[in-house]
Amino acid sequence: MRVVAENKRCSGCKLCQLTCAVKRFGENNPKKTGIKVWSEHFTTGFYRVDVCTQCGVCASVCPVGAIQEKDGVYHIDEDACIGCLACVEACLEKALFTHPEKTAPIKCIACGECVALCPRKALTLA
Amino acid sequence: MNGYAGYILRINLTSGESKKEALSSEFVKKYIGGRGFAATILYDEVMPGTDPLGPDNKLIMASGPFAGVFLPAGAKTTFAAKSPASGGYGDSNIGGHLAAEMKYAGYDVIIFEGAAEKPVYVLIDDDRVEIRDAADLWGQGAIAVEQTLKKRLGDEFQIATIGPAGENLVYYACISHDIGRQAGRTGVGAVMGSKKIKAIAVRGTKTIPVADLVELTKIGTEMFATLNNSPELKVWQDYGLGSVPPWANSIGALPYRNFSSGHMEDISGLSGEAMRARITVSDKGCFACPMCTGKFSHDKKRNVFFEGPEYETTALIGGNCDIPNIEDVGYANYVCDEMGLDTISAGNAIGFAMECYEKGIITDKDTGGVQLKFGNVEAFARVAEMIARREGIGAILANGVRYAAGVWKQGSERFAIQIKGVEWSGYESRSAPANMLAYMTCDVGAHHNRAWAITYDIQKGREVFEGKAERVIELQHIRPVFDMLGTCRLQWVEMGLDLSYYARLFPAVTGIPYTWEDLLHVSERVWNLTRAFSARHIPGFGRAFDYPPPRFYEEKVPSGPTAGSVIPKEKLDAMLDEYYQRRGWGADGLPTKETLLRLDLPEVAKDFYGSGLHEAAITRE
Repeated sequence: MRVVAENKRCSGCKLCQLTCAVKRFGENNPKKTGIKVWSEHFTTGFYRVDVCTQCGVCASVCPVGAIQEKDGVYHIDEDACIGCLACVEACLEKALFTHPEKTAPIKCIACGECVALCPRKALTLA
Repeated sequence: MNGYAGYILRINLTSGESKKEALSSEFVKKYIGGRGFAATILYDEVMPGTDPLGPDNKLIMASGPFAGVFLPAGAKTTFAAKSPASGGYGDSNIGGHLAAEMKYAGYDVIIFEGAAEKPVYVLIDDDRVEIRDAADLWGQGAIAVEQTLKKRLGDEFQIATIGPAGENLVYYACISHDIGRQAGRTGVGAVMGSKKIKAIAVRGTKTIPVADLVELTKIGTEMFATLNNSPELKVWQDYGLGSVPPWANSIGALPYRNFSSGHMEDISGLSGEAMRARITVSDKGCFACPMCTGKFSHDKKRNVFFEGPEYETTALIGGNCDIPNIEDVGYANYVCDEMGLDTISAGNAIGFAMECYEKGIITDKDTGGVQLKFGNVEAFARVAEMIARREGIGAILANGVRYAAGVWKQGSERFAIQIKGVEWSGYESRSAPANMLAYMTCDVGAHHNRAWAITYDIQKGREVFEGKAERVIELQHIRPVFDMLGTCRLQWVEMGLDLSYYARLFPAVTGIPYTWEDLLHVSERVWNLTRAFSARHIPGFGRAFDYPPPRFYEEKVPSGPTAGSVIPKEKLDAMLDEYYQRRGWGADGLPTKETLLRLDLPEVAKDFYGSGLHEAAITRE
């Protein structure tokens, strides 16, 4: 199970980021998110959405085994994480996001909340 | 403080120092946010006699409690200052992502004071505030500078910029952001330029505290679901504001050839469909907004990329300058955006100059050889650049049409389409009395934002005057509530989201148990405060400043669906009389002492009536 983004449909509203923070962390803070939107208008003409494809590369580089797979989705154990950020470096999608208030990076766990709210139908759960 | 970041950030460009001040609960309850905060800070801190382009003016950047939180389109920042165009209260709001980001950085208001000696840009990154050298950026286009800084700082920074127009203190220079969003009106870009601030870059990572996140999530989810499932959503997502020009044209409201009429024969080249087919690349929206009205666009002929055009630009350039095809309007939009010019005032001012040129009031000698006729987009672009650089005829037009008419005279004063020195925006209103009154009494000058009343005129009848003053006042209280909350109005105005949502949201976000009526009361307070500011700062201010140009009461609309319409001066007088009476203002157009005290503005009452005399004219230099 993974979230798939269609960049050409994205309008950059970042409701996905805000929804992620509210649903997962119970905070109004779209910087605490497992999905991020970037503007690439003067290169591609569109937004780019970075979100985990559940490929598992991060789990394979984690030195303490803090990233585990369950039902096709990779989860970070925040208590086990030592904050070395090797996973952030290794991620092919640049989809592991750090936040100054957290040791462990944040990644998408395919809960689908952002998918339900996207006003552009730019996100699907595959 | 729930709903708020909790701080005002003051940045002094003269000393280079910055400091944080905590927001107080009393301040928040009295003024809510956004425009409300801006109005009271300006009234208290900018004194009569202050030069709008001097170091003692202040540029206020104000977010609101609904910005950046889980509800649709909490995305609006108000920029406010003493306006160089009117000499009175000026503000303009801007969408995109600034309002949210500044709260995540920890600030509800940022006040720019003093002036830098050399060009700078201001960097705000959570608690870090730096004033950085901008010598390498000064002179660049507003869109170009944003891209340069995005590359340098990272895309997460939200950036506001000025173009050459702001640097050169053009009275309608705008502040630009997120490619195609602007704070366009009243010359806020010139105030930024007078402080030598080329750009403001903000990034934040903090959580906004909310009084009841469960309730907010419930209401917000309902609002998002309503919008996302609405059959009306598609036309906005597809065409942005592009469905509006043909509608406005069909009701005789589209400015044509310097507002000589309200209709053009063939608008098919300016429709949303034409835009989508011929220039649209992709759809762009403001923070948390389902409507994504922004259109990233490409004029293939000149190979330029820009965002737009939306309704006002299409009306004031396409209609008002008679440039009837979307690529040319897009190109003109691009030029204005890079120069950092308000497209409303630029389209209005250049349309005015076109009429003067076609009438022989100005000639090739004045234009430097530019054939400034209606329909000539290359001439439009050339003159827009001259305005931004204050070169040739641009030096005259840069001060607005009221000024230009004063220089050129020869009857041009009758068709300089402005009020209070601010150019009229996109609705020809000789057939719409409520809308006419709305423009006459808008606090910042001839702008439609405060009381867009044209649909009321259509609903109740164009010949009808009864009930119109009352409705304009109602709208002048309702609409600015959104400007205080820091959110867009279009989800209510165009998509039909019920106003009751906003009332329910306020206690959920802030914990302040205000009703909708309480919010309207604050709005009325702020309305009187901005009126009082202008009265203190503009010599002789009052009723005389509330009239439209003579074209609108002397000339009948010559053609189109509203042919024959005009609103004679006696009717305008009668509308103003009723308006003032209903507002609790004197026949001179100024708030009475009783009204100011009712609205809890005792200091303002003292400033005007303290010695028992009407002191307004005397306190000004």
